[in-house]
Amino acid sequence: MPRLDIVDLKAAYGATPVLDGITLHVGSGEILGLIGPSGSGKSTILRVLVGLLKPASGVVRLDGATIDYASARDVRQMRDRFAIVFQQYNLFQNMTVLDNTTIAPIRIKKRLRADVEEEARRLLSMVGLGDKLAAYPDELSGGQQQRVAIARALALKPEILLLDEITAALDPELVSEVLDAIRVLARDGMTMLIVSHEMGFIREVASKVAFMAGGKVVEIGTPKQIFDAPQEVRTREFVSKILRH
Amino acid sequence: MWDRVFSELPAFFGYYNMLFLTKAALATICLSAIGSVTGLISGFGLALVRLTRARWLAPARWLALLLTELFRRVPFLVTLMLVFFISQLSGLDLPLFVVALIAVFLIASAYLAEIIRSGLESVHKNQWDAATAMNFSLFETVRYVIVPQAWRVILPPAFGFFVLFIKDTALASQIGVIELTFAGKVLNNKGFPAALVFGTLLLIYFLISYPLTRFGTHLEARLAKTRHR
Amino acid sequence: MSSILQYGQIWPYLPSLAAGAWLSLQIAFLAFCGGLLIGTAGAAALSFGGPVLRRIVRSYVTFFTNTPQLVQIYFLYFALPDAGILLSSYAAVLIGMTLNAGAYLTDIQRAGFESVRANEMEAAEVLGFSRLQQIQFVILPHVARVLFPSLSNQYILMTLGTSMAAVFGVEELTGRAFNINSQTFRSIEVFTVTAGFYIAITLVASVILGLIGRFAFRARMRII
Repeated sequence: MPRLDIVDLKAAYGATPVLDGITLHVGSGEILGLIGPSGSGKSTILRVLVGLLKPASGVVRLDGATIDYASARDVRQMRDRFAIVFQQYNLFQNMTVLDNTTIAPIRIKKRLRADVEEEARRLLSMVGLGDKLAAYPDELSGGQQQRVAIARALALKPEILLLDEITAALDPELVSEVLDAIRVLARDGMTMLIVSHEMGFIREVASKVAFMAGGKVVEIGTPKQIFDAPQEVRTREFVSKILRH
Repeated sequence: MWDRVFSELPAFFGYYNMLFLTKAALATICLSAIGSVTGLISGFGLALVRLTRARWLAPARWLALLLTELFRRVPFLVTLMLVFFISQLSGLDLPLFVVALIAVFLIASAYLAEIIRSGLESVHKNQWDAATAMNFSLFETVRYVIVPQAWRVILPPAFGFFVLFIKDTALASQIGVIELTFAGKVLNNKGFPAALVFGTLLLIYFLISYPLTRFGTHLEARLAKTRHR
Repeated sequence: MSSILQYGQIWPYLPSLAAGAWLSLQIAFLAFCGGLLIGTAGAAALSFGGPVLRRIVRSYVTFFTNTPQLVQIYFLYFALPDAGILLSSYAAVLIGMTLNAGAYLTDIQRAGFESVRANEMEAAEVLGFSRLQQIQFVILPHVARVLFPSLSNQYILMTLGTSMAAVFGVEELTGRAFNINSQTFRSIEVFTVTAGFYIAITLVASVILGLIGRFAFRARMRII
């Protein structure tokens, strides 16, 4: 069972620092919600974790073993255990829904096609898209595409799922269908890091919430502590501003 | 002028002249087709090399950049002369057709590498992110995700370049390759009126090039419609 | 003939090559300007002309862009004398290149004309611009920005294209290279240096055109 430790993680886009010493711990079956104003570095944490952005310094440990992001082997092994869902879905435009879901397990993880397709069908019907297997991404709504992306991530059988503002690009009426799919995962005990602006949702599913600003974790606690009794001024301002909306 | 052209018509379109021109046209077609196809393959290789990120491949990236940039700034005639003299003075003494072929291959590689590179780059970065996060290697990403999307951007302009290379092969006559333009010069020297000879030549070149141009514009219109299939 | 490269021997010929390069630039520039005039007229004819005129212009473009410039110049140089028109090699090359450039530049400029979107025109009309003001403030800047990169690219291609003048004995850069080669027999040295000259003059042209495009027309261009 996975345990993720992030210690004093720093990262930068070129000369612009975006993560300024992040320390976070996620235990097995925990759901960590990351909230904060845009530009606070929430999404960057997820990008660093899956190796899309190289960390400048700091330590990431998976089950106690440090991941060396400079080592191709370490990165490959780490990516075998993580899966990420992106804000813009990032579905492969040249593939059907089914192919999007099965390509990595078949081609990269070298699993048996028959098994993978059966699993993919199950996952796609779980997110309510059992009848869209042959559709292409540009024939689907944003909400449908995002649910395919969730099924695609689950088909990798990840130990830890990273969700990067997965409802931010959706029309408001499509948000709930995507969040419902995540609620099912939360019930099943999936370990997750969720970056989101949906405060109600975070409050409902997260076991821990971290409030971030300026590349730092300002405050961390249970949803109740963060939303009802924030200790830091910036957290209080952010939460009150959000809740007023 | 016209009466001379008309009086020479039957002689000009005689059996041996036609055979000669047909063979020459085939040489032109072979030269440009083989040059374009090999150039397409090597251009793809050059474009791929430029996508790599590994530090130890940096010299290869520099070389690929140098080849694409330099050969697009040297006239085909000069490239041709260089290949010709290198072949002669090194003692290799390649057949003239092969010399011209190498020259076409070189410029085709350079020009096609450039459009392939911009085609690959036209695929949205988020496709790379998704593939990378799912443990696709560079080549798996290119093969399964990028090329299936990029080819529709790459192919239509590539046809424009194929036509460009066909036209460039006319310069191969300068080193003595027996292709269309060389054949024209021979027939003109035999005394056939220049208007007739070069007019026919222009027509043959047109008949070879125009279908390719049309096919390129047709593809462009067709492929622009959807992003998949 | 020694197989060792000896660049020292062609050192004295560098000024001659430089003079040839200067002539190449002149031919490219003249043909480009002539081609630009033809191209503007051609694109205007395609956009606003009647069906017959459009057909003629389209045939001209199709014919010249699908046949080799070298053979076109052969035709001008060798066939026209039969009709009583005697052209010097320089004139034949210049006319051939200009007609060729005209065809390509017609095509390029037509694309630019078409890219002026209808809504921009409407916006200009709403703002109360007169027809002439619309052209001056809306259409021309837009067309210039869209067209400048393709025009620059065409200019570079034409600079390289001038090398075929050497086939007709014009003493531009490649023509000089042929001469120096027959005097020194240092073929590889001569033609690598010539290649270097072409790389240099097209690089300089690219940089200058890139700067003009970026700062004068706000075109999206790489400087190198």
